[in-house]
Amino acid sequence: MSTATTTLNTGTAKAKSVARTRENWASTRTYISAAIIVIWCLLPFYWMIVTAFRDVGYTFDSTPFFTHVTWDNFKTAFSAELGNHLGRALLNSLFISSVTTIVALLFGVFAAYALARLNFRGKFLVLGLILGASMFPGVAIVTPLFQLFGNIGWIGTYQAMIIPNISFVLPLTVYTLTSFFREMPWELEEAARIDGCTQGQAFRKIIMPLAAPAVFTTAILAFIASWNEYLIASILSNDATQTVTVAIARFAGSQPHQEPYTAVMAAGTVVTIPLVVLVLVFQRKIVAGLTAGAVK
Amino acid sequence: MRHSKKIAPLAIVSVLAMTLAACSGGTGGSGGGAAQQNLDGRGPITYVQGKDNSNVVRPLIDKWNAAHPNEKVTFKEQSDNADQQHDDLVQHFQAKTGDYDVVDVDVIWTAEFAAQGWLQPLNDKMAIDTTGFLPATVATGTYKNVMYALPQTSDGGILYYRKDLVPTPPKTWDEMMAMCPVAKAKGIDCYAGQFAQYEGLTVNVAEAINTAGGTVVDKDGKPTVNTPEAKAGLTNLAQAYKDGNIPKQAVTYQEEQGRQAFEAGKLMFLRNWPYVYNLAKTDGSSTVKNTFGIAPLPGKDGPGASSLGGHNLAINADSKYKATAKDFLTFMTSAETEKFYATQGSLAPVREGLYTDADLVKQLPYLPVLLTSIKNAVPRPVTPFYPAVTQAIQQNSFQAINGTKSVDQALTDMQAAITTAVSK
Amino acid sequence: MSTQVEPGALPGRKASRKGGDNKGVNKEVGADRKEKTQGRAATLLIAPTLIVLAIVILYPVINAVIMSFQHDQGLDAATGLFVTGGFAGVSNYVHWLFQQCPTSGGTGSCPPGTLGAQFWSATGVTFFFTVVTVFFETLFGFWMALIMARTFKGRSVLRAAVLVPWAIPTAVTAKLWFFIFAFDGIVNTLFHSSILWTGSEGPARAAIIIADVWKTTPFMALLILAGLQMIPAEVYEAAKVDGASAWQRFRLITLPLVKPALMVAILFRVLDALRMYDLPAIMTGGANGTTTLSILVVDQIRVGFNSAAALSTITFVIIFIVAFIFVRFLGANAVESASGGAKGKQK
Repeated sequence: MSTATTTLNTGTAKAKSVARTRENWASTRTYISAAIIVIWCLLPFYWMIVTAFRDVGYTFDSTPFFTHVTWDNFKTAFSAELGNHLGRALLNSLFISSVTTIVALLFGVFAAYALARLNFRGKFLVLGLILGASMFPGVAIVTPLFQLFGNIGWIGTYQAMIIPNISFVLPLTVYTLTSFFREMPWELEEAARIDGCTQGQAFRKIIMPLAAPAVFTTAILAFIASWNEYLIASILSNDATQTVTVAIARFAGSQPHQEPYTAVMAAGTVVTIPLVVLVLVFQRKIVAGLTAGAVK
Repeated sequence: MRHSKKIAPLAIVSVLAMTLAACSGGTGGSGGGAAQQNLDGRGPITYVQGKDNSNVVRPLIDKWNAAHPNEKVTFKEQSDNADQQHDDLVQHFQAKTGDYDVVDVDVIWTAEFAAQGWLQPLNDKMAIDTTGFLPATVATGTYKNVMYALPQTSDGGILYYRKDLVPTPPKTWDEMMAMCPVAKAKGIDCYAGQFAQYEGLTVNVAEAINTAGGTVVDKDGKPTVNTPEAKAGLTNLAQAYKDGNIPKQAVTYQEEQGRQAFEAGKLMFLRNWPYVYNLAKTDGSSTVKNTFGIAPLPGKDGPGASSLGGHNLAINADSKYKATAKDFLTFMTSAETEKFYATQGSLAPVREGLYTDADLVKQLPYLPVLLTSIKNAVPRPVTPFYPAVTQAIQQNSFQAINGTKSVDQALTDMQAAITTAVSK
Repeated sequence: MSTQVEPGALPGRKASRKGGDNKGVNKEVGADRKEKTQGRAATLLIAPTLIVLAIVILYPVINAVIMSFQHDQGLDAATGLFVTGGFAGVSNYVHWLFQQCPTSGGTGSCPPGTLGAQFWSATGVTFFFTVVTVFFETLFGFWMALIMARTFKGRSVLRAAVLVPWAIPTAVTAKLWFFIFAFDGIVNTLFHSSILWTGSEGPARAAIIIADVWKTTPFMALLILAGLQMIPAEVYEAAKVDGASAWQRFRLITLPLVKPALMVAILFRVLDALRMYDLPAIMTGGANGTTTLSILVVDQIRVGFNSAAALSTITFVIIFIVAFIFVRFLGANAVESASGGAKGKQK
């Protein structure tokens, strides 16, 4: 594996040392690239944290490092007296996003399996319909949906947010899973069936583990999309069921016109961290799939 | 063959959508008729407003609920963003469920909601005494000579200036422009308001036009910006921007950026709302804590015409408990409550008497100046088509100020655009 | 190695493709019966997805399409109250597509400052944003994915870091960038510049593109990474034995094999970018040539819902056409690969 990174085919010692130098260089390059990516991704986030910890009286201070540090913004963000129920909103978002992700993946896996593996008429219609769901401006969907859910008394309920969220993430889920399922080595499933597994068992025991990277990637994307959903939640939630995005939008300064900028950044930091933890936990699963695929 | 198969799903979606559309039913419409019902209804109600910034409303509602155990008020807080508050109200009004009994409406939405038939007219049996209210604020709650909303809090523009640089504030626009060399000598910028392309620009442009003696729309909501007065007003802004008296970056300023520049000592004159006063005094980063003063907006000969901000209270026409709602409106605008708004939340009262209340003035020294501002204030265009009218003002005046369009052309376009907007 | 290596011709790969095709050929005789039973299974498997989509998407869409053929409500001059507009035919569509507005004497072109005057410019702006952001996101996303796929110490830090921009709620992101790009904001402070980021067209668009690319590249990177993870290592080993250079391996193996994932990622990014709303709405409010179609829809909803419904439908059709072209000419993969079954049968 180590020397295979080069394409030199002369087997001399000299060539080996060249190969090693090249490999070192390649690994250095990897680190440089990784560093650039990390900085690019985290620099604005760093600024967000700096602002989150900054005294509200210094909101517009552009000093690029931590100054006037205070926890006040976090206290404001969680302050029930000020009506900022961020804690409750976090639980709501966690619940809504988890249910959305689980159901969407379940439905998505079913549909994707059918689309990738089964022969049936109307496959293209189905694919078109699913894709078509991602084509209408979301803002235009809200009003009819409010009326529909209002008629059946669903305003302020969890399902009023979960069901739209599922439908927003389903197209991506189905398409991603379909495209990955197409690439699976299905002959293994056939083999398992010859060994006496049912089709369902074969799918669960053989295919799902192999598809883990795709499934977990999709899960993360679905979870985050649902976690960040604002439009529907802002209209269909009530005080008890509001999500973090809605809670943050309802932050206010101490006076009209004043932007609650530092508190928003504090809340933004708070709601981002659970996601990062989640990814750190799940990313093992992403890697655990076909780990052999080391791309060099 | 393969290609056509790929396309098929997409084609079918569209055909399906079109076919279904052809069997159109037709919905919509604006009802009405609810206005005369439930006038004597009493019971629990819901009060809806935007974010309760400094915890003013909750204590008031607690107080009300203690006194009215059978007519309790539930408080529903909306987002801090005005557009989102507007959209949320519209959604709930359209649903006609009456779940929002009493609503807090921005002064600029009153005409639209009234014309939709969503607001209970406050006349006859529902009439509320407005003696002692500032007339300009009552005008914001009135549409077609009928009162639909009761003024709750007000807001007017005032001029913040650096008294260490200019001991006497300018009384007129020309005076202010003449003082700009002082700022230049100090290496700071002279004047800014809110000139980014958003609602604040409408406020500032309307002020400029009204101050110069013009109007944006007449009593019937028809546009009137093709007048010499309107031109003079907009020209003042465009010229000042061209001269550099209004700095280049002012076209990116909303309220907060202007406050930032002023507090950092980079600006000599700032047009802003009263909220800046306390922050400029207390902000850790403020460099002008003891060196700024306040004055009425500069005008043509005397004080300028401020645009009026603030909020009104209205009753949903579909509310079931309008008698309770009416009592609640009275409670929420009593002299005592108004004073509480001012002391607790720095919200400007709508009752004239409070502006000379010694206690209050001691706590909020800007009140006398604000009173002048509100007395000279002109409501922003009162029209049910406000969202379209403000778009027409913003887009055209923005181009006039930053010089991409002549003032004449901008006003011609503005006139045409407002005409289109209100002729639907 | 001058000739192209077909993905199917590679070891490991070959077996998989062949397996699939063989199945189709072998079962040719019972194909009809097979299709029937599979059809029943497929219906059951797909039904949940379609039902949810029908409730949440189809109903509102049909509702909007119906509304789009009604006039917006007008004002009754006598009472000052709004009255229902009535059947409009296609006039709402004409209004947008030809930018025609009612004037005193019939209709004329919409004056500057009306929403009607902005349809084509908004369409242009939307396409501009879509092309530029998706281009950069694909480029950077691919690069990030390639780095993330490598094995090195600290890889988990990299993976977590990459996800941060995507994880921050869009509304917070937009506000963050709005302040970063303020005149007295951190960017101008750090670079000692005095650019009016949100004050004129070029910088305003650049600011939105930077913010969008920052936020959404992780989405691309993650999907592409998942694609990379599915490529069997033997494929690379085999190519190396064949003496393929790094570039050849990328072009002839990585790219074709990751294409399905890549195409799905690009397709969904394009669909999303064409409906871009939050970032420009919060950062510029649509000022300075940054009004996208979705911003126009929202502004119009506040003025009149039926016209907005027509505009939404037009937007839908535009996006539909783009998706059509994408699938037709670029072969968006999920659709193409799903046709594999049919292909097998045709043989």
